[in-house]
Parts: sequence; structure tokens; C-alpha cells
Amino acid sequence: MHELGLVKSILEIAEAYARREGARAIREIGLRVGALSGVEKEALEFAFEAAKQGTLAQQARLAVQWVPLVAYCEACAKEFEVASPFGIALCPGCHQPTATLEQGLELEVDYLEVE
Amino acid sequence: MNERKEIEIGLSVLAENTEERGRRIQVEKGVMALNNQYAAANRQRLEAARVKTLNLLSSPGSGKTTLLSRTLQELAPHLQMAVIVGDLATDNDAQRLRVGGATAVQIQTGSLCHLEAAMVARALDALNLEALELLFIENVGNLVCPAAYDLGESAKVVLFSTTEGEDKPLKYPRVFKEADLVLLTKSDLAEVLGFDRRRALENLRLVAPQARVLEVSARSGAGMPDWYHYLFALLGRVMPQNAHGV
Repeated sequence: MHELGLVKSILEIAEAYARREGARAIREIGLRVGALSGVEKEALEFAFEAAKQGTLAQQARLAVQWVPLVAYCEACAKEFEVASPFGIALCPGCHQPTATLEQGLELEVDYLEVE
Repeated sequence: MNERKEIEIGLSVLAENTEERGRRIQVEKGVMALNNQYAAANRQRLEAARVKTLNLLSSPGSGKTTLLSRTLQELAPHLQMAVIVGDLATDNDAQRLRVGGATAVQIQTGSLCHLEAAMVARALDALNLEALELLFIENVGNLVCPAAYDLGESAKVVLFSTTEGEDKPLKYPRVFKEADLVLLTKSDLAEVLGFDRRRALENLRLVAPQARVLEVSARSGAGMPDWYHYLFALLGRVMPQNAHGV
């Protein structure tokens, strides 16, 4: 992936919110990352350590909440979690693949902890 | 002395307590939000000019430029087309595509592994959109990063060549899940490579049941009329009888 670019966007968002709230420093950045977002944990953390220097998040840690891939079968009107590492969303009811994803693609800054 | 120590301890306890009580700010903001704003603006601009746009994604070497080269040549008498080409370096692809007289704008991304909507916005400035009907965006050859970036396209086309192995959709599910159309390219090589076509199609069905699949060879011309049909249908036009190329 392109974790350095993503981390820069994450830091921009975090700093903007922290400044708006008059915070002196960011202690923790809470992220929600989908299983199929394409983000790799180690690359993300490595990039974060490098990019946070000189920002309000200089001392901050990343708290990543992984969001599982959840699909929806229209035929069965049923939501189910996708266990396949290949992203094959087979409905446990009718065993047909579905293309409708409810969650698992997200990549968002959820919260900040500041001082 | 003792008193002072006590004060120090008291201060450090106080400091610890405030540390625990770090303020929490709810953000809930998508990291792609800025890109998505540019993408929405691109989409609006392209729709206003009645231009259909295809974002072409694939691994390097799966035949994007060859497919586009033939498409531009064969459809030139019937459609007003242009290409935006993304590469890390060189404008070789744009030059290749311009050979037939087509308009090609090269974006050199430097070290960036994908195109972003803001880059496409700048490339659109170099085109006369009012005179266009169909715009191809040839993304940087990469099956991971480009999948996450909306560029403002009408549809995403993922190319998957017979030289890559039948399990590509399993290895890169995200990009295939985003696809409106999958082109199985270099179909003329399938036999010599021992490419298991049925397994590849089954993998596509499992990972990307939403995608239409067409098998093409830009070299032999096999399947190209089906691709052209898709393009004319996207434009809401009937394909002219003599547009079959082959």
C-alpha cells in the first residue's frame, strides 16, 4: 500500500481537530481500519513513527481497531461476517457469493486523546 | 526536607492523574475524505460535459496500453476519445498511445504508486472535455493502492492477463470487488500457458460476483467486439456495424 501517504493524511486530520480544540499535544490516535482496506499494520506503524516527528502527535501512539469484513446476502436478507482471507463472501445460508459489503473497507480517524 | 519530598510526590501523583484524564475528541473522519471531494468534483465536471470515464486498473504488464492502443485506433472513426496515463516515470505510454493520433495526457506520479483524484483534476484541465465522449484513465500498474482511490470515473475496469495465474482475484480481492468489468486479457496465450480458464472464471465469480467478465486479446483481436459493445452501451449508443475492427 502507500502507508506513508495515508499516515500524512491521518496526521493532517488529527492536527486539525486537536488545534481546533486547543490541545497542546496528541496522546493517542484511534483508527478504524477495515479488513479489506488494503492497509498493512506494520507498514502503517513504521510510517507513523517516521511521520509524527515535529507534529502535535510527536508522542502519540496509534490505537488501531480492525473492522471485520461483513457482507450482505440480498436473497436471504442476511448479514454475515466473511472469514475467508481471500475476501470470498459466501452466504452461509444459500452458499452463493455476494458483492454487497456492509463494512470492512473503512479507513478513518475515529477519535483523538489529547492534553 | 520531608515536607518537600511529600510535595514532590503529591505533584507527581497529580501529574499522573491528569495524564490518565486525557481529553477525548470524537473525529470519525475518513482518511480518504479529501480525495473523495476531488473525485466528486471530477465526476460532476465529466458528467456535465457528457463524458464517460473508465478507470483501468491492473498489474504492470497485463496489457493496458496494448488494449488501449488498439481500441483508440479501431474506434477513432466513431468516437471522440482521450487517455490520461499514470506512470511513476517516463511518458513512454503516452507516446505509444499518441501514435494513432489520439490525445494522451501523461501524469508522472514520481514515487507514488497510484493516481489520486487531484492529479486527474489537473490532467482534465489539459483536455477539451466538451469535444470528448470517452475518456480512459490508465492507472499506475499496481493491484493494491489504486483500488482505494476514487478518481471520479463512471466505471472501473480491471485487467487480468492469462500470464498472471488463475488465483489473481484471490490474492487481490479488493480491486476485483471494486470492478464493474473484468477483462481477461492475452486470451490468445491461454492455451500455450496452460492457463486454467475455468478456474480463473470461478475465482472471479467467487470474489467479484458483481463484475461482468469479457475475454479479449488485443493482439489477435479476439473478443475485442465484445469490449467495444460494452463501451458503446456505456455511452448509450448503438455500435456501428463497421466498428468491429477485426
